[in-house]
Amino acid sequence: MSTNTSLLQVKDLVLSFSGLHVIQGLSFSVAQGSIASLIGPNGAGKTSIFNCLTGFYRPDSGKIVFNDRSIMRLKPHRITRRGMARTFQNLRLFKSMTVLENVMSGMHCRSSAGALSAILHTPGQRKEEREIREFCEQCLEFVGIQDKTDWIASNLPYGDQRRVEWARALATKPRLLLLDEPAAGLNHTEKKELIRLIRRIRDELGITILLIEHDMGLVMQISEKITVIDYGQKIAEGQAEDIQNDPRVIEAYLGREDEEEE
Amino acid sequence: MAEQTQSPRGSKPIVQSVARWLAPQRNRIIVLAVLAVVAMVLPLAANNYMLEVLSNAWFYVVLCLGLNIVVGYAGLLDLGYAAFFAVGAYTTGILTSQFGVNFWLTIPVAVVCSMAAGIIIGGPTLRLRSDYLAIVTLGFGEIVRICARNLEITGGAGGLIGIERPHLFGLHLNQAIHFYYVFLALAVLACFCSYRLQHSRLGRAWQYVREDEDAAEAMGINRVGAKLYAYVIGAVFGGVAGCFFAAKMTAISPETFMFQQSVLILVGVVLGGMGKIPGVIIGAFALVLFPEVFREIGSMRMLVFAVVMLVIILYRPEGIWPAKRS
Amino acid sequence: MSSLDIFFQQLANGLILGSFYALVALGYTMVYGIIKLLNFAHGDLYMCGAFVGFLFLSLVSGLLGESWTGILCSMVLSMLTIGLLGVLIQRVAYRPMLSAPRLSILITALAVSMVLSNGVMALTDGDYEAFNTDLGFEGLEMGNVFITYTQIVLVVSAALLMLTLFFFINRTMYGKAMRAIAIDQDACRLMGINVNRVIALTFFIGSALAGAAGVMAGVYYGSIHFFMGFVIGLKAFTAAVIGGIGSIRGAMLGGLALGLLEAFGTQIPFVGSEWKDVFSFGILILLLVFKPTGLLGKTEIERM
Repeated sequence: MSTNTSLLQVKDLVLSFSGLHVIQGLSFSVAQGSIASLIGPNGAGKTSIFNCLTGFYRPDSGKIVFNDRSIMRLKPHRITRRGMARTFQNLRLFKSMTVLENVMSGMHCRSSAGALSAILHTPGQRKEEREIREFCEQCLEFVGIQDKTDWIASNLPYGDQRRVEWARALATKPRLLLLDEPAAGLNHTEKKELIRLIRRIRDELGITILLIEHDMGLVMQISEKITVIDYGQKIAEGQAEDIQNDPRVIEAYLGREDEEEE
Repeated sequence: MAEQTQSPRGSKPIVQSVARWLAPQRNRIIVLAVLAVVAMVLPLAANNYMLEVLSNAWFYVVLCLGLNIVVGYAGLLDLGYAAFFAVGAYTTGILTSQFGVNFWLTIPVAVVCSMAAGIIIGGPTLRLRSDYLAIVTLGFGEIVRICARNLEITGGAGGLIGIERPHLFGLHLNQAIHFYYVFLALAVLACFCSYRLQHSRLGRAWQYVREDEDAAEAMGINRVGAKLYAYVIGAVFGGVAGCFFAAKMTAISPETFMFQQSVLILVGVVLGGMGKIPGVIIGAFALVLFPEVFREIGSMRMLVFAVVMLVIILYRPEGIWPAKRS
Repeated sequence: MSSLDIFFQQLANGLILGSFYALVALGYTMVYGIIKLLNFAHGDLYMCGAFVGFLFLSLVSGLLGESWTGILCSMVLSMLTIGLLGVLIQRVAYRPMLSAPRLSILITALAVSMVLSNGVMALTDGDYEAFNTDLGFEGLEMGNVFITYTQIVLVVSAALLMLTLFFFINRTMYGKAMRAIAIDQDACRLMGINVNRVIALTFFIGSALAGAAGVMAGVYYGSIHFFMGFVIGLKAFTAAVIGGIGSIRGAMLGGLALGLLEAFGTQIPFVGSEWKDVFSFGILILLLVFKPTGLLGKTEIERM
């Protein structure tokens, strides 16, 4: 597939909460097969954009086109079914369930067995269960925690919990993966692994990636296109070098430079 | 390996060691086989009074397992479960006593009716927050009872009498022992269905929604759909139980389906342990056997249940049956 | 009776019913506003209030008589008792559950409700108790409309209680703290507010109002029963939702609205009084489904 066609297009998106404009006429696009980033100072509205894209917020107006079809005002589960998966800024695992069960949640929208076939254990149902399990094990292997399949999710160390979230997102067989601050709380080596993993997801699985990140180093290193947001508006767009030298970006981040390095 | 986080504050060592012994599959099969034999031969040694009590216990096992799908699996508080039980009982009652339909043919009709009731109640309300849902189900439960009480077709406050007892392979089911086996079979069927559902794609979806609705939705699970599914299946359990209840009693009246009935079923589920089949069975038996064993306090049984339930939910929220280990 | 007479008679009936609903609805809404708990036991506190009032009245009747002095005295005592009972319930049952899953705390509330109603049932053997008073049946007669003095006193005292509450919430430090906790508990803690004490006070006031309503209902209906809290609990909850749960003004408004609706609802032709409850539950369900924020409630922003 050509990298020039855009998989996701956002046009004139507006979102407000009781009169307060959080996103004001934002437009951007994500090319098929690319790694793109949204950055911006705290409170710029990045996570709100994610929530609009995935259907958790209802934008006031604008257009969101994913894979040539509008996904405006669709329910979150429908959007996931269309091939958009996400991770959460604060981990949202199913805490008391096992790692494998967590990942299996992703396969839910790609399988179909209902109550009757579950009670009767029809051959189709059994085959489906087997496929779900196998695919989820592959996902866990891909992110590198296949040895912890039977752990209860909340007992895993933080870094591994992140991996479970990725595996879970991958299990929905997405075309576009939204990562909400994937590097938050990771140490230096973990960040390096993260960069490798993100590249592998794109290169080996052909999944397009859009990420929100605070860690400028990581964003600059990995992104092919960066969109900078402030006060719900796009203030700059382009490749890493363009962004670094853009006066408006520097202004938006001015005085915050020291806080960025954790 | 890892233990579930909801650790009990006051765990009983005996219960835990029993649970540990039950962990291997082999021991479980032995216990199940022994219990099955006991359940099968028990009626041969029992008098009519004991048979009545035991069939009643199996009957409550079915109701509690049905409500358990809604409360235990999907995490929805339903305070009007008796409404579904009423739908089943009245469907059979009306069709057999007023239209002369064969009992067995009323069961599919009752299944359809209770599914419809589940969809009518659940469809618009399941997107509400949990406490609102509890109140709405309570309201619906009362509406169903008031309708049964005031409509002509349901026999008004007097209810329906003269419901035909069914035949099974030429055998007229008219003795206590017959109904013991009927309800035992129903309870086994309910356990089987519950178990299969719990360990299926659908059962997992319920658990995801129960743990974190937003995350479940983000993973592509239709939360309203999953809840509605649980609600409708729970309704079918209640409806089918209601059919056999009508056939056994031969008479039904609206007072059977009061709010207290819904609460009683809920007590059984909470007492034994929400979401756990053996727990729910124990809860249902406790519900029925307790007032029989302690006859003197009969009138105070709801008070005792209430206190026990309060203590359990405060100090052992996972119920009598211990939490699953992994 | 002319239709105008019927109108005024039902208006009077509706106001009385409505002021009971409003008093009970206030407790629901206050507790819900501050800790987001639907207190199933609230209707039972109303019932307990009636019984405690009944008990006190029979104790003081020798000294003060069974007229207004005695009733007022027993009502105040009942309010104190039920207020403390509410605080006790909050302390023992709800406080440990605040961080537990929502389902557990709802079941806790249900269990508390069962303990109260079945406790009273066990004590009274489930019988009706006659709530005897010396109040006469004199009243105001305006054409065909008849309102007893008892009814007038009851409505006025309910209004006084609500006014007092209104000033308390809006003009005192405690009232301010209550409203602040409803918005952000953690921030209040940081600002040095004794959150637990304010929550306890909220339970005290809400329960005391229910207790007062219970005594008033006893006086009005003349008989009390352990199950009397169930239906009014549901109705008052409906009233709180009509007004917008969490809103004090809403609860008062919702209570009156529901009382009037029911009073006039009985005048709809072909709908007998046996369908009265279906009518109010129907309103509740429709309201929860289509306008869960009620008349005066704030829209909650749906967010992650």
